[in-house]
Amino acid sequence: MFLASRNFCCHGIRTCQLRTDLLSRSIKHSTSATMPFRHKNTRRIEGLDSNVWVEFTKVAADPSIVNLGQGLPDISPPSYVKEELAKVAAVDRLNQYTRGFGHPSLVKEGDEVIIIEPFYDCYEPMVKMAGAKPVFIPLRCKNDGNSASSADWVLDPAELANKFNSKTKAIILNTPHNPIGKVFTREELQVIADLCIKHDTLCISDEVYEWLVYKGKKHIKIATLPGMWERTVTIGSAGKTYSVTGWKLGWSIGPEYLIKHLQVVHQNTLYTCPTPLQEALAQAFWIDYKRMDDPDCYFHSLSRELESKRDRMAQLLKEAGLKPVVPDGGYFMIVDVSMLNVDLSDVDEKQPYDYKFVKWMIASKKLSAIPLSAFCGPETKKQFEKYIRFCFIKKDSTLDAAEVILKNWNKQTG
Amino acid sequence: MLRRVGLSLRHFLLERNSSAGHSSCSREAKMSRPVQARRLEGIDKNIWVEFVKLAATYSKVNLGQGFPDFPPPDFLTEAFTRALGGQNHMLHQYTRAFGHPPLVTVLAQFFKKLLGRDLDPMTNVMVTVGAYQALFCCFQALVDEGDEVIIIEPFFDCYEPMVRMAGGTPVFVPLRPNPPKDGKLMSSADWQLDPAELASKFSERTKAIVLNSPNNPLGKVFSRGELGLIAELCVKHDVLCISDEVYEWLVYDGKQHIRIASLQGMWDRTVTVGSAGKTFSVTGWKVGWVVGPDRLLQHLRTVHQNSVYHCATIAQEAVAQGFQRELRLYGKPESYFVQLPKELQQKRDWLVQSLDGVGMKPIIPEGTYFLVADISQFKSDVPDVPNSDEPYDYRFAKWMIKSKGLAAIPLSAFYSEAHKNNYTNFIRFCFAKEEATLKAANEILQKWKQEKTSS
Repeated sequence: MFLASRNFCCHGIRTCQLRTDLLSRSIKHSTSATMPFRHKNTRRIEGLDSNVWVEFTKVAADPSIVNLGQGLPDISPPSYVKEELAKVAAVDRLNQYTRGFGHPSLVKEGDEVIIIEPFYDCYEPMVKMAGAKPVFIPLRCKNDGNSASSADWVLDPAELANKFNSKTKAIILNTPHNPIGKVFTREELQVIADLCIKHDTLCISDEVYEWLVYKGKKHIKIATLPGMWERTVTIGSAGKTYSVTGWKLGWSIGPEYLIKHLQVVHQNTLYTCPTPLQEALAQAFWIDYKRMDDPDCYFHSLSRELESKRDRMAQLLKEAGLKPVVPDGGYFMIVDVSMLNVDLSDVDEKQPYDYKFVKWMIASKKLSAIPLSAFCGPETKKQFEKYIRFCFIKKDSTLDAAEVILKNWNKQTG
Repeated sequence: MLRRVGLSLRHFLLERNSSAGHSSCSREAKMSRPVQARRLEGIDKNIWVEFVKLAATYSKVNLGQGFPDFPPPDFLTEAFTRALGGQNHMLHQYTRAFGHPPLVTVLAQFFKKLLGRDLDPMTNVMVTVGAYQALFCCFQALVDEGDEVIIIEPFFDCYEPMVRMAGGTPVFVPLRPNPPKDGKLMSSADWQLDPAELASKFSERTKAIVLNSPNNPLGKVFSRGELGLIAELCVKHDVLCISDEVYEWLVYDGKQHIRIASLQGMWDRTVTVGSAGKTFSVTGWKVGWVVGPDRLLQHLRTVHQNSVYHCATIAQEAVAQGFQRELRLYGKPESYFVQLPKELQQKRDWLVQSLDGVGMKPIIPEGTYFLVADISQFKSDVPDVPNSDEPYDYRFAKWMIKSKGLAAIPLSAFYSEAHKNNYTNFIRFCFAKEEATLKAANEILQKWKQEKTSS
């Protein structure tokens, strides 16, 4: 047995090499007193430690603050969704592992990924963690800064075309858009699609707010455009669809040959998602699928409910002298706060204006929001630092409290 | 040269697309260049995907994948239902990214007791989507390109692909069986590391060692002496320890689970991984955690916030309540952590008897709910498959699922590619099953034995 084990040890040249290495090293090590602690982070997470949410959820955590910052509903999810989960929790086998499958594994070192600014903040660090280079292109306001609607924010087609090159692996599309609330039109999607096809680029389409689209607008899935199905991964979210962000269930839809690579990543990271939650979600989907043409379908009733909250929020902000950009979709609204002329030059921190403004607003007005430059690349931070983002998927009492603050705003400022 | 080829392919596609428009052949069209990232090379196969499918299709009795088929404890499912129907509907929304406050608080209290040191719930504990994601965070945060990571064989299969995905190089060291001289059944304690061999695996490139105790698949519970040996080497070579202790409560025969983080010089260099799925028999809830020094956990938090970011709130709320109950009943007979191992030990003994009775030689596990058995006596049953590059135990296990309806997992699934053929006569059974399931397994085995003796 002993002899056999020797053979195993020298099975590879490398193991033998390790032995000789060790011998010389062990002599060195036994004489050294203390070892320098070399456990720093891996290169892939260099610079990714700061995170706007971690920063702002902490600051806004005080219960006396009216929280219109982080995007989570404080309204109740539909009761049948909760009931389905309650039913499911009672079924024993649904508390165990389910089928393994339910991240872009498609992007590697040296690739470029186009990100439209402003962008949901996680895109950038995720692209970097994959070793690729984010290439930014901003949405620009048509009316030279005078924006009343999210539809005013557009991409410059020539500028966009310029961003594509042979290294471009993917473009990330987010429609309806967070934070602006823009719902990309068919024509706008066609411009993107044409470029994707021309340059053989993938499209990662984040459509988590797909059901939250307001009157007169239609959500169009880029994957349905000619030539796009085979190069698009469409992402959805139960959290946004059913107002259950805490369930942390989402999905990817796409051609098998792309999804299979996502499955490989999934099986090597999470492996499975919580069973009872998936079961309950499936049940809820069946309920709403059967009544898709019915106005009572949650997908329609929620957007109706949110539209009136959107309108109310826009009105309140206007009355306070602010300029809201009324969104066509999603549950966020960005607001230009520059006309308030709040002087924060004495605030020491080297942060963009909107970061300082929000922190000041939380402290002095007890109202929270999220600074827009959190959603921008380094070049455009200056362009967007006069905007802050409000979330309006909030119950009436929350919006009432916000109303009080906004109505009294001018009475207190110095 | 390649670039030129790429360009002309794209050119071709462009022409085809503009003339064909929205044609039916667009469904089959793919991107012209390799789509997947190189980091996925070689990690697309997964034993579970294969065997779970087989078991679902053919098995009548599934002792394969490791999950209980008995219900979770009532107090836990009741906590879940209460959380659902309660006044606080905010439990359906995002909670704290690094862990729901009630859960990290009670985990810190619990592990303070177990590790004998004060823990800050905010910096020394993080909640993850199952222990699986905890492991993912460990490797992504701590293993860089070119780092070596020592893995003890046999190992829970995900360690290797996770190390590779992080750009690291796995370095394997085997547990070697030393069968008892008196012909008694082997115990998992008889599988041991060779100290000199282990020491030889440490080099200046070694970043970490992965420890799994109690060990899946063997069921080995590392002794204080064995852990001390590993600890000494970690300290000497300034190496991190990723300690997968998901089966920490499933320890039998009065044995003690020792946490390597509590050994001299180890707290600062160890990340300890735990699982609600295994602790409370709810594998489908996917709630796990890491416990460790802030200096290491801060990097895991960075990975977590840039990937999953939050874990499901309701499940965390219920697990927190489960732990609160266990903290109150710690050490008492009604504690789930006392009752579960007691129940599982009986099942273990039952399966051992069952397997021994038919001529399979079980290795008695000191912990976990897995048991490995030597199937060399059954070699003759499995038809020879020419040109097969699969190890014998894979073929045996597949054949057993299809023709006997009994599912188990081949042991070579838990070995590196290079060593897959070292131990091809063993299969792993999971005994976290209802009495009825184990009885049914026994019937299959008995019938099989009868067929063999009568043929």
